Amino acid sequence: MAGDARDTGRTRMMEPPVGPESAPFWEATKEGRLLVQWCTACDEGIFYPRAFCPTCGTASAVGEGLEWRTASGRATVHSFTIEHNPAATGATFSGGEPYVVALVDLEEGVRMLTNIVGCPVHEIRVGMEVSVTWEPLSDGRQLPQFMPAPS
Amino acid sequence: VDRTLRGAAAIVGVADDVSPSGELERTGRALEVAMVLAALDDAGLTLGDVDGICHAESSMAFAEYLGIHPTFTDSTMTGGSSYEVHLEHAAAAIAAGVCDVVVSVYASTPRSDRTQKRKVERRFPPGPNPMAEWEWPYAMRMPMGPYALAATRHMHEFGTTSEQLAQIAVSTRQWAALNPRARYQTPISIDDVLASPMQTSPLHLLDCCLVTDGAGAFVMTSAERARTLKKPPVYVLGASTCHDHMMISQMPDLTTTPGAVSGHRAMGMAGVKPSDVDVLMGYDSFTITALLHLEDLGFCAKGEGGPFAEDGKLGPGGSLPMNTNGGGLSFTHPGMYGMFLITEAVRQLRGEGGPRQVADAEVALAHGSGMVLSCMSTAVLGTEATL
Repeated sequence: MAGDARDTGRTRMMEPPVGPESAPFWEATKEGRLLVQWCTACDEGIFYPRAFCPTCGTASAVGEGLEWRTASGRATVHSFTIEHNPAATGATFSGGEPYVVALVDLEEGVRMLTNIVGCPVHEIRVGMEVSVTWEPLSDGRQLPQFMPAPS
Repeated sequence: VDRTLRGAAAIVGVADDVSPSGELERTGRALEVAMVLAALDDAGLTLGDVDGICHAESSMAFAEYLGIHPTFTDSTMTGGSSYEVHLEHAAAAIAAGVCDVVVSVYASTPRSDRTQKRKVERRFPPGPNPMAEWEWPYAMRMPMGPYALAATRHMHEFGTTSEQLAQIAVSTRQWAALNPRARYQTPISIDDVLASPMQTSPLHLLDCCLVTDGAGAFVMTSAERARTLKKPPVYVLGASTCHDHMMISQMPDLTTTPGAVSGHRAMGMAGVKPSDVDVLMGYDSFTITALLHLEDLGFCAKGEGGPFAEDGKLGPGGSLPMNTNGGGLSFTHPGMYGMFLITEAVRQLRGEGGPRQVADAEVALAHGSGMVLSCMSTAVLGTEATL
């Protein structure tokens, strides 16, 4: 259910609903593939998924002109914040410890909100290279998060 | 620049209600109606004169409650900047002859709702909500998170420091110390801000606005009619709105808000430069919010907001009086603070500021910020002398 807080076993988080254009995105997460919607007319990535290219205005009632591409999973941290009060958000994936919310720029040129996990929060920097990692959701889908890229 | 709006309409009545306790006795419609009647009384008008209504939830439901049948209606909801947008729309409607007397009203009591354990329905905008899919799963704290992301990026690009951000909170508190209605009136230091608990880095508790009860209303009419009323008219010299995203991942540039567009347009319409502004009411949901306004409105160059604020020029006696009521940081912040930018700007231009009055204030700029740096709306206001 959209916006429900659910126990996924390891963590507790808001489970994302599947938007009207994003079923392929979420389906691919089950296999650990990160998809980016692409406009073939202007050759630009689109995030979040929609039935229209906001860069060039190509509209697609049935997906014509827009396609899905598999992203490399590599990204750069554009900005981040350390949440020092996890109790205020109810997030428990960090076990009550401060956690990181970040905007990352995918190699393919789109920006998404995410968490950076898998390293001490104070080591995170703007410009840091990260790669996708997956957090299981209750229905088999997985939530894309990011962790420091192997150097 | 089209200047047909310049000086066509004026604010003729204002009212607001806040308390140093942060809590008000009245709530809901009773509080809203009290504000409408007080603002009309301030203008020397009555409810029978009103033919235009603005309300960020539902202008229809509110007009029904009042028992009025307006010919201009506006339920625009852009978050905290809603009231600057109402002002702009009302000025345009009055100038076009659509209506004659417009009232905009706001009341919210989040603090007493909590202490009194009142159940309040939490509303999200109707329609598809991409935030639930692409943001909520990441547990970003709202509303701090998006502003924290902007602050981190600003620090990275321009070397802005926590001390510089803290100075904005310090200067704002100096103004609040002159306002007996402000929630917090005790002076603070930069060290106090930096020592306050870190919330959503790099924002400390004292970088964040209050959560208080508050309410207000303003009344507008044509310049011609304004001159026949009780108080000196405060003319709308320019107004403009721009939004460039709804959620933070879609903001084109984290360090430049759409205020760069609305501010430029509003000041162009008014024919004023930043150096002409005597009082700046710049929405301060967070210290970073106010800093971005300083740059985007052209008071300093992009990236120089930190050094600009550093010397205290925004406080009492400084060269750019900002948020003279004590702002969202120290006066009141009931959730959508934009109403209080207008009520204070009007009082300053009328010379009703008391101990915090800015001498010879002729031009005031009320700059509202809505949602997560999403919708900026700028109103340039002036006295009779500025026409």
